[in-house]
Amino acid sequence: MPRWIAALVVMLLLPVVGQAQPVLNIYNWSDYIDPYVVQRFTAETGIRVRYDVFDSLETLEGKLSAGRSGYDLVVPTSEPTFARLVRAGALRPLDRARIPNWANLDPALMARAAAVDPGNRHGAIYLWGTVGMGIRPDRVRVLAPDATMDGLALLLDPRHAQRLSRCGIQVMDSATDVIPSVLRHLGLDPNTDSAEDLRAAERALLAIRPFVRAILPSGSVLDALATGDVCLALTYSGDVIQASARAREAGRGVEVAYVAPRAGAQLWFDMLAIPADAPNPEAAEAFIDFVLRPPVMATITTHVRYPNAVPAARALVSEGVRNDPSVYPTEATLAASFVATTPSQATERLRTRLWSRFKAGR
Amino acid sequence: MRRVLVLLPAWAWLLAFVAAPAVILLGIAFGTGAEGVPPFRWPFGPGLAWQGSFGNLATLIQDEFYRDSLWRAALLAGSTAVLTLLLGFPMAFAIARARRGWRVPLLALVLLPFWTGFLLRMGAFIGLLRDQGLVNAALLGLGLIEEPLTLLYTEGAMLAGMVHAYLPFAVLPLYATLSRLDPVLEQAAADLGATPATVFWTVTLPLALPGVVAASLLVFIPAAGEFVIPELLGPSDALPVGRVLWQEFFSNRDWPMAAALAVALLALLIVPIRLFQRAS
Repeated sequence: MPRWIAALVVMLLLPVVGQAQPVLNIYNWSDYIDPYVVQRFTAETGIRVRYDVFDSLETLEGKLSAGRSGYDLVVPTSEPTFARLVRAGALRPLDRARIPNWANLDPALMARAAAVDPGNRHGAIYLWGTVGMGIRPDRVRVLAPDATMDGLALLLDPRHAQRLSRCGIQVMDSATDVIPSVLRHLGLDPNTDSAEDLRAAERALLAIRPFVRAILPSGSVLDALATGDVCLALTYSGDVIQASARAREAGRGVEVAYVAPRAGAQLWFDMLAIPADAPNPEAAEAFIDFVLRPPVMATITTHVRYPNAVPAARALVSEGVRNDPSVYPTEATLAASFVATTPSQATERLRTRLWSRFKAGR
Repeated sequence: MRRVLVLLPAWAWLLAFVAAPAVILLGIAFGTGAEGVPPFRWPFGPGLAWQGSFGNLATLIQDEFYRDSLWRAALLAGSTAVLTLLLGFPMAFAIARARRGWRVPLLALVLLPFWTGFLLRMGAFIGLLRDQGLVNAALLGLGLIEEPLTLLYTEGAMLAGMVHAYLPFAVLPLYATLSRLDPVLEQAAADLGATPATVFWTVTLPLALPGVVAASLLVFIPAAGEFVIPELLGPSDALPVGRVLWQEFFSNRDWPMAAALAVALLALLIVPIRLFQRAS
């Protein structure tokens, strides 16, 4: 056999040989896992992990909507992306027989996530949290001494916002995570379909728009909080807690605290889910089972400072994180919290318009 | 026959990567949104039955928001082109008239920013311009200002980023024209009594005109679709068409609307290209 034919045969065989070692393609939020967990998974199962990250739901949904994304495991947020992917048939029902650790999940939290995924067929809760405010208490106390720091009034009362605009206000660029909280603060139904309610929310947001420096993706808000560029930001709980940890490490006297709105915080869940066209769903199920072990989940929560939905893991989380009420909300906060549901198409169009007017400031 | 064979790869390339995507885009623009993968319905159903809609094109024309976004993109790209020309012309001129041994190193300096990733350079701009950034720290340290200036997320920051990113695209074609320009012509004009200003306006600039046109197009066309720089450095209400397109595609998941915008942008960019062809 001539040598070049031999070389050709070897080349054709290579992909086959390559497939012998399974690969798991994970697409998760940035800064959202303990890297050690991935290493241990590979060491235990022999499944190689290709780990890719996104920093906005839009990017994730854009890739999954195009089809054949090549990912085996994705982590969409329950509302809106996970809910929409379930309805579009873009996710594969999970085979619970391959995920024995499913039993570790908190039934109460899973029931709340079932609002968008009947029977929890397509996803297990990875981590969860609330939407609230990251603040620099020292600055706020100086600039707005009469303001109470436990509710959205700090942001939505133009009097406070005007004074705090001097040290910087940012709002994360996410209509689905901001509008319901604003409605709740105004005493309205956060999941309202009423155009009048939405107009009230719009008036409230436009009234403070001149004092909001920027409306940015949550990752950028995290950076601005950590560097002390802003003293008030509306964003995800865990992002504020990460910003606070980073600010402490930098040691430049920036103190950041998290406040969940007392009137009722929006709860959200990030779901472990498998795309319908995943090349290697078995490996993804093995990974879901792996992270649902209490010690593994505890490592992740200790590292990223978001609570998980495995009650047995809580005792194993490092003490500082476990007892931090901004990581694990108190019973009272949890009782007052609400879950966003999917708006109707007409409501969604109204919200999108409202949001672009808020961003443009007119 | 031989000529056809030689041109075949070029035509195949154009067909596969320019014409076909444009036709697909046009098809999506006439489609309608629907939940699913992908999230829209083609305008032609089974048996070529029409199920599309002209709604997107009508919205593009009627809704001020989209018209404004096209106008803002043209304005942003236009100001970027003018500023890069004003900065790039003297640079290219200096390089073209530098001593022989200097030209290549100077050109290499113009290209040097490409050695670093584009996003990294924009990240550096954020580091420079933010409230606690280097520029504010320096001004505060010198006692020139009392409170940090708001530099980031302004029109100025956005323009600075645009000019930085597109400057090499202006310098290179200008250099190519200016280096081929025979200095003897300018010397002749000077010998005949023309002042340096007259020499520049009547000899150098007219001869460099093809380079100026090429440079402004090379900057204007990609800058018109730019969305990363306005997103990272610009204010929230800076919504040129590139950013609106991104929003329609990713935030609203309205692929047909995004496709309609892309087609409109493409159509608007063909105008300057045709003008260039006629000029040269």
